[in-house]
Amino acid sequence: MPNMNIIQSLNSALDNMLERDEDVIVYGQDVGYFGGVFRTTDGLQEKHGAHRVFDSPLSEGGIMATAFGMGINGLRPVVEIQFADYIFPGYDQIVNELAKVRHRSGGQYWAPVTVRTPAGGGIRGGHHHSQSPESQFTHTPGLKVAYCSTPFNAKGLLISAIECNDPIIFFEPKRCYRGPFYGDPHNVLTWEGHPEAEVPESHYSIPLGEARLAMEGGACTVIAWGAMVHVCEQAIRDSGVSCDLIDLQTLVPWDRDTVVNSVAKTGRCVIVHEAPKTSGFGAEMAASVQERCFYHLENPIQRVTGWDTPFPHSTEWDYMPGPARIAAAIQRTQEG
Amino acid sequence: MARKKKSDKTLNVPTAPFRAGDEATFESWPWKPGDLGRPDPKKCSADDTIKHAHGLVRVLGDDNKASGDWNPELNADELRQGLEHMVRLRIFDDRMMKMQRTGKLSFYMRSFGEECVAIAQTMALETQDWIFPTYRQPGAQFVRGRDMVSMICHCLSNAEDNVKGRQMPVHYTYKEGRFISVSSPVGTQFSQAVGVAMASQYKGLDEVTITWIGDGATAEGDYHYALNFASVYNAPVILNVVNNQWAISTHANFARGGNEFASRGLPYGLASIRVDGNDFLALYAVTQWARERAASGAGATHIEVLTYRAGAHSSSDDPSRYRPGDEYAQWPGGDPIDRLRDHLIAIGEWSRGQQTELEKRIDAEVMDAYKEAVKFGDLANGPHQEVETIFTEVYEEMPWHLKEQRDEAVGE
Repeated sequence: MPNMNIIQSLNSALDNMLERDEDVIVYGQDVGYFGGVFRTTDGLQEKHGAHRVFDSPLSEGGIMATAFGMGINGLRPVVEIQFADYIFPGYDQIVNELAKVRHRSGGQYWAPVTVRTPAGGGIRGGHHHSQSPESQFTHTPGLKVAYCSTPFNAKGLLISAIECNDPIIFFEPKRCYRGPFYGDPHNVLTWEGHPEAEVPESHYSIPLGEARLAMEGGACTVIAWGAMVHVCEQAIRDSGVSCDLIDLQTLVPWDRDTVVNSVAKTGRCVIVHEAPKTSGFGAEMAASVQERCFYHLENPIQRVTGWDTPFPHSTEWDYMPGPARIAAAIQRTQEG
Repeated sequence: MARKKKSDKTLNVPTAPFRAGDEATFESWPWKPGDLGRPDPKKCSADDTIKHAHGLVRVLGDDNKASGDWNPELNADELRQGLEHMVRLRIFDDRMMKMQRTGKLSFYMRSFGEECVAIAQTMALETQDWIFPTYRQPGAQFVRGRDMVSMICHCLSNAEDNVKGRQMPVHYTYKEGRFISVSSPVGTQFSQAVGVAMASQYKGLDEVTITWIGDGATAEGDYHYALNFASVYNAPVILNVVNNQWAISTHANFARGGNEFASRGLPYGLASIRVDGNDFLALYAVTQWARERAASGAGATHIEVLTYRAGAHSSSDDPSRYRPGDEYAQWPGGDPIDRLRDHLIAIGEWSRGQQTELEKRIDAEVMDAYKEAVKFGDLANGPHQEVETIFTEVYEEMPWHLKEQRDEAVGE
């Protein structure tokens, strides 16, 4: 089985889907001729034709609106928003149109659009190449939201997203595109040799709505998605505490059963995300966990998140949750 | 640093030509039928339409006769069909507005004064063409054969509403007629329509998409996205700006500087035409031209449909607060129904008596449809849709969290 990084596995997913389904088309800024600024669509135009993989104007609103129209007219567009930070000119089309058309039309029309977008920090991207705006989409009924973390789940989840008949926002942790990120910015790794980088070239899918148990333990449940999955892995090792590490993979609908069963077992819970704390998806999960696990909880649920500030440039390692903060939170759950 | 003042002037804010209490006095139009030639839609360039963008395509003259290169030469049956659809829409609107006032509908919007827009333009299309309307083009559904009872059931939000009571009245969906779901956020349909057209083009289908946007909503980004994408991908789409001059109380002077909408298509490289929107024949002809152009692969057309919103924006609006009550009567464009009626009379194909008969017949038709529709309930008295419909069709399959919330809502 070939070793792939996330860029390659996403490319392979798109290639498989372009091959299998004539209705799949792929477009966005720099996506066609150049193959994407992160190289995710490299070679796809040459292989599948400029009518199927093509460049768009610099117009997130126009990309989203035309994808809506194509979806209504029987296509299955997969569009790229170059950075999640730039998705907002298309927000009205996503929130008021894509997310609502099936419901508002009484089920007569729907638009199976996949919006791929690199998200998250760790690349010295400052305010506007670093944000992780998933909760601005999880709060919109009608949308599904996925967040991959490894080469294997990136491909399997993207294929499920494209095959899904609901609109979906698909976040890709750009810091992990070419290697896992364990929280040390100076340790730049590749996916070479990583078990999650063994990716079949053929089509496979990972069901939306199912979490992945990335580590198994008994004393605490740690939940994360995107790049934070790997940072949590490091933090768990550093803490010396035996933890379940749950990689959520899909945020809407999220795998509450897996989370609740784990917390019922461990009695402790730490939720980690890069996005700001207030109204972050961790708040939703914490509320649900206390509803379901109140009598199992031995300690307060901990949240380790980005701060409620704009994402910084030179101080990004003090903004993003790192192994030390997460390990400290895990330790707090063990007190008393 | 102290800032130096250069004058006593301040921010320049436009106004409407006339406000409530003013006397509305319009100059008569300089444009006449026959002013403008009809270029070859398959071959002409955007620049060949410069005069059409700055002028006004008319076919019906002040003498009620049809003339000029743009005369679509429709036969009398077709003209009478157009007249009937327009009369039907006006009487339907009046009945619905009355029912809104009694609380049977939550809200209503008439097409009063601009009935011609959707009707002439949809009649000029093929049945496989896609319709991306605003809330002011419900008339397209009459052309596409939608059952009036079904339309009223939607407006009453009753048990037979085909969008299940989820949308306000007038937010129709009619898939059989390729009429997309009307959306309240103004302008979003305009850029979506380009995507529909791109998909038709991708599949090599003989389909054109038509869409409309109001003068006010041209100030939204979606308008510009649409023109740009249509131009870049040469999409088979017809982009109409319905300049009815008023966006609630906001005059078109706030939507654009200068005095024109049509010519804004030219720098995008789009054929651009301004047309008399209350002239059934001119509007039909221009739309047919744009369809022919789109279907031939020559690209999109940007059309300014010049009309006047004779009624209130909606049942919640009172235009006497912001414009003269008789402005509609003073406006030089006249009334689209009167003009087509008078043309048919002028060519000996219609009479005042027949008009009265038609109105009586349609009035009865609308009343009968209303009585039939209200059997399925109305907003004030129910029955409404089942509570479960809040949760269905949010996704293709209901996820667990919606199932739990549904069970809570229905009390299980």
